[in-house]
Amino acid sequence: MYRYDDYDRALVIERVAQYRDQLQRNLAGELSDDEFRPLRLQNGLYIQRHAPMLRIAVPYGMLASRQLRKLADIARRYDREYGHFTTRQNLQLNWPKLEDTADILAELATVEMHAIQTSGNCIRNITTDPFAGVAPDEIVDPRPYCEVLRQWSTFHPEFAFLPRKFKIAVSGTVEDRAVTYAHDVGLQLYRDDQGEVLVRVIVGGGMGRTPILGSVIHDALPWRHLPTYLDAVLRVYNRYGRRDNAYKARIKILVKAIGAEEFARQVNEEWQLERDGIATVTDEELELAAAAFQDPDAPARPARDAGFDEKLAGDRAFARWVSRCVRAHKRPGYRSVTLSLKPHGLPPGDITSDQMDAVADLADRYSFGELRVTHEQNLVLADVPLADLYALWQEARKHNLATPNIGLLTDMICCPGGDFCSLANAKSIPIAQAIQAEFDDLDYLYDIGDLELNISGCMNSCGHHHVGHIGILGVDKAGSEWYQVSIGGAQGNTTSLGDVIGPSFAADEVPGVVKKLIETYVSARTPEERFLDTVRRLGVAPFKARVYGESSKKAEVTHG
Amino acid sequence: MADLIRGEALAQNEWTWVKLPDSGEPVRKSAGKVVLFKLTGEPAAADDVIDRCEVPATGKVLIPLSVWLRRHEALAARVAAGEIGVWLDSHEEPTELADSLGGDLNRLPLIGVNFPKFIDGRGFSVGFILRSRYGYRNEMRALGDVLRDQMFFFRRTGFDAYLLRADQKPERCIAALNDFSTPYQTSTDGNVPVFRRRIGQKVPA
Repeated sequence: MYRYDDYDRALVIERVAQYRDQLQRNLAGELSDDEFRPLRLQNGLYIQRHAPMLRIAVPYGMLASRQLRKLADIARRYDREYGHFTTRQNLQLNWPKLEDTADILAELATVEMHAIQTSGNCIRNITTDPFAGVAPDEIVDPRPYCEVLRQWSTFHPEFAFLPRKFKIAVSGTVEDRAVTYAHDVGLQLYRDDQGEVLVRVIVGGGMGRTPILGSVIHDALPWRHLPTYLDAVLRVYNRYGRRDNAYKARIKILVKAIGAEEFARQVNEEWQLERDGIATVTDEELELAAAAFQDPDAPARPARDAGFDEKLAGDRAFARWVSRCVRAHKRPGYRSVTLSLKPHGLPPGDITSDQMDAVADLADRYSFGELRVTHEQNLVLADVPLADLYALWQEARKHNLATPNIGLLTDMICCPGGDFCSLANAKSIPIAQAIQAEFDDLDYLYDIGDLELNISGCMNSCGHHHVGHIGILGVDKAGSEWYQVSIGGAQGNTTSLGDVIGPSFAADEVPGVVKKLIETYVSARTPEERFLDTVRRLGVAPFKARVYGESSKKAEVTHG
Repeated sequence: MADLIRGEALAQNEWTWVKLPDSGEPVRKSAGKVVLFKLTGEPAAADDVIDRCEVPATGKVLIPLSVWLRRHEALAARVAAGEIGVWLDSHEEPTELADSLGGDLNRLPLIGVNFPKFIDGRGFSVGFILRSRYGYRNEMRALGDVLRDQMFFFRRTGFDAYLLRADQKPERCIAALNDFSTPYQTSTDGNVPVFRRRIGQKVPA
């Protein structure tokens, strides 16, 4: 993975000094709260409902075991011994003290980490496929390009005060696992007939209040032009994106207003200024970036392992875990393992300091000291020998990291919600827990099969509810918390936005509503269909009828 | 009193910053070339307001773009004498200024860019465009909400003079010009991207 050199080190140390000075000026009353806000946000610090929240950057989701140990240590000493992984592959601490934040950033700098641009109206942490470099369907390893763009975007002098936040995702696989159509900019890497890497540039997607899928504005951009072309995209947005209304300030609103074709034309015109200029990436530079992401020095292994086969046949619980949490790997004899941070009954994406230490140990012993964070809020050990899977599973179980639910209904994406976040309209974690309680029977969960259920506590959509097969959104109605349910959303190559099924529900009704949606699916499905496929085939109507038909009858009885 | 920094030192401000008179109701018009996007309309002064703007008859004056566009022919002699500078608000188009000068911005000794609020980052792109697209080489001055924590960005996007907001401490703003030693990416400063420095070639001594 990428290691800092003197340039990177100097920048994070200088950043800590700059932030420490800003914090001290704010505490001394020299820097107003209003003027401190964008500065602290660009260092990941929110002032939240109960305490500040610090969002630590995990660039494109890659972590080394020593970094995770430091995060465990920081959570122990400065917080309440746990952290929360987010849909931008970052880690949030929910209870740090404002006065400690500069010290925390200094601690992070010792392990080549920071909280730069994890919030604020700037270019945010770039996300990518958590299986980058190991996925069998990979066409181009996106990580070197992500690192080039990380450096391009860090402290970019022109784009530190954009109209609104700006999120970039990169994918390089047949199956898009980075939700590229729902980002401000999505970049799909692929190869032409000669093997040259090209980029499909998608602009103006996003969730939030106005969910919309992005538009392709360049179908075949040669990779070396990425920084100059993105400069042009950002410059057009910086100058013409709306600044009068925060809800209409994302790039998607601009692209929609002037049309993708016109936007592309303006970008192209702007691009000519820098095209082939100094920021054009050379082969040598890309090679230097790529050198940081070489395959680990892993011995060749046989494609089959008798011990593994035996355990798989003899241990049903292990076989279950393998079926949900273990993925194919590009090298024979290796697998990628997802450690579930969605045990039933606990907040999705949360991890204790002890678990962080345990995962760091597992990464050292079984996966070359590295791990990845997924945007579904789980952790991945990318390079595990097939022969070690059983031992790894046994240890992961001890630490409650082996719930065999990856891709199932209880593997929910869920934002921190109203328990923590001052933006939220409604709580989201208790809803997740209530649904997990309703679906605690593993046999039933397996029978339901692949299902993505995403929960956001407000329109900001941190929980990606628009692209959930089932999406749940917290809304505020006259000061009380209600939940709107949508179905039919999806990420991946067939990305779509869900349709709202009807009026919203009280919190205690939500598990029952989900249950009815599932029952409708189970009774209508063909043998091959996932929940999403059934929704796509039948439309919303039968689901709606089942959910509201009964509740309206119930209402009649109550009122009759 | 607002301090002026030029380069990395406090400087005497010889220029009078002329603003439009209070216009009462602003007329909203479409922003620049994105004419389809009416909702981004920025307040623009009506012609009579522009015509009421009083420009001192002598000395060096920094005048609004709108005033310049309506009077530049009458100001030709003063331009020749180096007494006229023009400032752009954050939403205004460098193109309009360039067109009025036959493309040669260097006929002006000073161009200002206003930052009405420090969170309004449009001016950084305006600076980039003035330097990179139009090859402007003379003084480019940041005006308005000019605060210590933007100094590094101002300089990198082509500004070389900074009229500080009145509450700012000039010595600390000067120090902030060097908050970071080697930035990763290039900008108007021609900084060699760090990836190229690492290869050990084409790096200036």
